[in-house]
Amino acid sequence: MPSLGADMETGTLIEWRVAPGDSVRRGDIVALVDTDKAEIEVEIFCDGVIEALLVEPGRKVPVGTLLARLREPAAEPAQPAVPLANVAVAAPVAESLAPPPRSAPPRPPPPSTPPQPLDPTRPGVRASPLARRLAADLGIDLATLTGTGDGGAIIREDVERAAGGRTPAPGATPTPLIASPISSPPTGGSDRSAGMRRAIAAAMSRSKREIPHYYLATRVDLTAALHWLGAENARRPVTERMLPAALLLRAVALALREAPELNGHWIDGEFRPSEAIHIGVAIALRQGGLIAPALHDVDRKPLPQLMDELRDLVARARAGSLRSSELSDATITLTNLGELGVETVFGVIYPPQVAIVGFGRVREEPWAAQGMLGVRPVVGLTLAADHRASDGHRGARFLAAIDRQLQSPETL
Amino acid sequence: MNPDEARSAIARALARIAPEADLGGLDPRADLRESLDLDSMDFLNFVVGLHAETGIEVPESDYPELATFAGCIAYLTAGARPGA
Repeated sequence: MPSLGADMETGTLIEWRVAPGDSVRRGDIVALVDTDKAEIEVEIFCDGVIEALLVEPGRKVPVGTLLARLREPAAEPAQPAVPLANVAVAAPVAESLAPPPRSAPPRPPPPSTPPQPLDPTRPGVRASPLARRLAADLGIDLATLTGTGDGGAIIREDVERAAGGRTPAPGATPTPLIASPISSPPTGGSDRSAGMRRAIAAAMSRSKREIPHYYLATRVDLTAALHWLGAENARRPVTERMLPAALLLRAVALALREAPELNGHWIDGEFRPSEAIHIGVAIALRQGGLIAPALHDVDRKPLPQLMDELRDLVARARAGSLRSSELSDATITLTNLGELGVETVFGVIYPPQVAIVGFGRVREEPWAAQGMLGVRPVVGLTLAADHRASDGHRGARFLAAIDRQLQSPETL
Repeated sequence: MNPDEARSAIARALARIAPEADLGGLDPRADLRESLDLDSMDFLNFVVGLHAETGIEVPESDYPELATFAGCIAYLTAGARPGA
């Protein structure tokens, strides 16, 4: 069971997307796992052939539990195992999907350990995440339903049919406008809310207990950035418009190239810088709580692509369909509480990361420059960073670099 | 577009972004972003939704006119310009 974030202790295997004998390639989705926060598609960390699936769907297991055995491609089972250390750094999934050690006898599946009670809404049946959530909310046992979706999977309509009059069918009520077929009700119920609260509490307590934070703040004139963005958006159809958030992400990513001490992880008493720049984006969920999935390789993607990926990431985070890599490999986090009207946000670092950047509200302020006083759109920019990995001097230079990037938006 | 059509289009676009919202209880003069807890991504998706529903492409400079439900109805019914 991969660790999909510092705040995860157990996960429930919902379904396998592969069977023994299947060939898989690095990045393929092999399983669907439910955490306290969301349902996550688990990606495989390297190429190979699935030898055995060791955990039954529906079972809740601790992080680190062996889920399946994988054989390397084109390699006889007697080949040396892939270097585990490298794989483990690249993807925490490695711990749980590790190939068998050389010449080790196949370990039997561990049915002897007392299984966690099966969640009645998550037996080993095929069902869409939306159908599962709806069934859980309505107290319907999925095993009693017949699926009409692809391959017999249970879809929302099946659950609604079983629920009879208990749920409003789209278009059949006097207020059909509210029940748009596109809208998904991501109301996980109080269980998920409580679980998410506990998960956030655990991660943030660990952060404040272990990480010596230092905090820096500055203010950045966004005149150039917003002027450029306004002109750009005026040329674009509404579906291709970009948000200031995309500009901020790019500016942070490019500035990070100059501040490697802030990009990476603190693991086993030492800082491990990351070549790749994967920025975790703090996203508030409508039903409450927070999740910070990663946008990958932000420094290497042009702005329009970044905007598309950001839009997709926010939508999937809110629909509860994120991928394992997005929840485990962020190298820094960006939080943007300015939407709520606060001027400044000092974040709590998400371990094992070593920094979190915060943007506040953009608002017009009196601004002195070159001996003149004017009114400019200004944003509060902050950094909370791990003093074990960097010091305030480097942090200050990093904030200055973000500012510099935002003053020449055409190069972002 | 008449006010009823506008109201329906706006409600459908909002329901897609804030499915849990009670639009029936919404004060038409209240700030939409505040009362429905919409962030800038939600609002952009709302504008995209309005375009999909009505064909009207609202330029960014007109966003302030969409601040309230009543404002949205006024904007859509004011012989608005069809999408480019």
